[in-house]
Amino acid sequence: MLKDITIGQFFPGNSAVHRLDPRVKIVLTIAFIIALFLAAGPVSYAVILVFLAAIIGISGISPRLVVRGLRPILFIILFTAVLNLFYTPGDYIWQWGWLHISKQGIAVAFFMVLRLMLLIIATSMLTYTTSPIQLTDGLERLLGPLKRLRVPVHELSMMMSIALRFIPTLIEETEKIIAAQKARGADFDSGNILQRAKALVPILVPLFISAFRRADELATAMECRLYRGDVGRTRMKQLKIERLDVCASVLCTVVIAAVIVLGRFGL
Amino acid sequence: MSAIIKTENLQYAYPVEEGQLAVPVLKGVTLSVGRGEFVAVLGHNGSGKSTLAGCFNAIRLPTGGVCYVDMMDTRDEKNTYEVRKTVSMVFQNPDNQLVATVVEEDVAFALENMGVPPEEIRVRVSDALRAVDMYEYRAQAPHRLSGGQKQRVAIAGVIAMMPRCVVLDEPTAMLDPQGRREVMHVVRALNRTYGITVVLITHHMDEAVQADRVVVMHQGEVLMDGAPRAIFTQVDKLRAASLTVPQTIEVLYELGRADGAALPVDALTVKECADILEKYLA
Repeated sequence: MLKDITIGQFFPGNSAVHRLDPRVKIVLTIAFIIALFLAAGPVSYAVILVFLAAIIGISGISPRLVVRGLRPILFIILFTAVLNLFYTPGDYIWQWGWLHISKQGIAVAFFMVLRLMLLIIATSMLTYTTSPIQLTDGLERLLGPLKRLRVPVHELSMMMSIALRFIPTLIEETEKIIAAQKARGADFDSGNILQRAKALVPILVPLFISAFRRADELATAMECRLYRGDVGRTRMKQLKIERLDVCASVLCTVVIAAVIVLGRFGL
Repeated sequence: MSAIIKTENLQYAYPVEEGQLAVPVLKGVTLSVGRGEFVAVLGHNGSGKSTLAGCFNAIRLPTGGVCYVDMMDTRDEKNTYEVRKTVSMVFQNPDNQLVATVVEEDVAFALENMGVPPEEIRVRVSDALRAVDMYEYRAQAPHRLSGGQKQRVAIAGVIAMMPRCVVLDEPTAMLDPQGRREVMHVVRALNRTYGITVVLITHHMDEAVQADRVVVMHQGEVLMDGAPRAIFTQVDKLRAASLTVPQTIEVLYELGRADGAALPVDALTVKECADILEKYLA
């Protein structure tokens, strides 16, 4: 059950989107988000929509899955929609007490919802098509220049990748502890919230102790394998900007430029 | 043959809280491991065998006496890096020694730390994975592998470093029989095929039998040191150190005792044992 959680939700594949350099993908995603906020009218949204649909198409990830990814934030989307709908001043077309809906309100709410949805879809396309290790790798290299400012970029990305490595191990361990405590008569499913929270203590304590022990052993093992932090390190996997990355960057730049220009004209 | 690991009156006591007496775990171990040897270190729980292994890799620094690795004193911090490059270590729990989320990245970890050029890393990682028969799993996540497979990946990580000596601290203790067989097969290959000195810490007799030399630890001291055949025939002495003997020897020993028959007890393999029994029954 717990094993089914896919952290970062990566769906392996071999499409052009999957094969893009992670650095390029991260930068383009950020640029895309900026463009999204500069879009101002139906035409620019339409361009973005078509563009994103094309990316989803190329990536081979089922659109249904992409839409399902929106479910967790459904509440936020609805909340934003309702707020914008009722609180935007303008030409009222409906009024009841202090509640009112304006023409502008409908437009703002509509575009806000669209914007939020596109934002989530765009960022999840990044994690859907990039493995966590590639993501941390890409981030480490993108943030590389910050090392000069003494930002521990390498250490942070090492921590991230160790965390990713141990999530499945600890999940497995949690399941074992739950089973062991159940065998000793622990009850996790009845009682009020407070009682249920208390029932979790016998799971968390052993889990923490074991996590510390693991950390200690892993640190020793890393030292034995000559880990000295960022000193004189090389990488097996070299990231290379290929033709595909250049093409994707040019294409994205054109689309983003178009959106910005259209936005300036309020289209 | 000069020694790759050499200890002189090596002592180690675990640090304790103030006001308490330190508990000595190693009480003066003098030992030398020659280049290309395959040594098994046997001992009951708490005999100090794992602590000894830690000293070979400068994880633990002696609190008395000296430990030399390839003539380098492990106490000197300047030597630590070179010591660890010469003597690599494989630990008991396969889960807690794999660092990366992908098998081949993990094998590459030590090489990346050593600053080996990327193209060479690629070649050495592939070779190491082939050597432990895990090449087809190179793109897998470690948590999807069995215990034996994880331990083989850990050994591949060590092979890729090309050390002159590998110390394995109970590498099969957490594995099922199948995994143990796989790992022992690779450990033998380390020594026979790659000519790497192997120090295998274990409490499985059938694993110790496969070594060239057996060192028996008892209460922080070396109790016995010699060829497996010479060690395992001393059944009474081993039992006194709370160790069992290989089953092949135990059968002959007990039979000889119960029956008063003068049976040779030096059977290390099942075949040898069967031959002796056949002769006896004839």
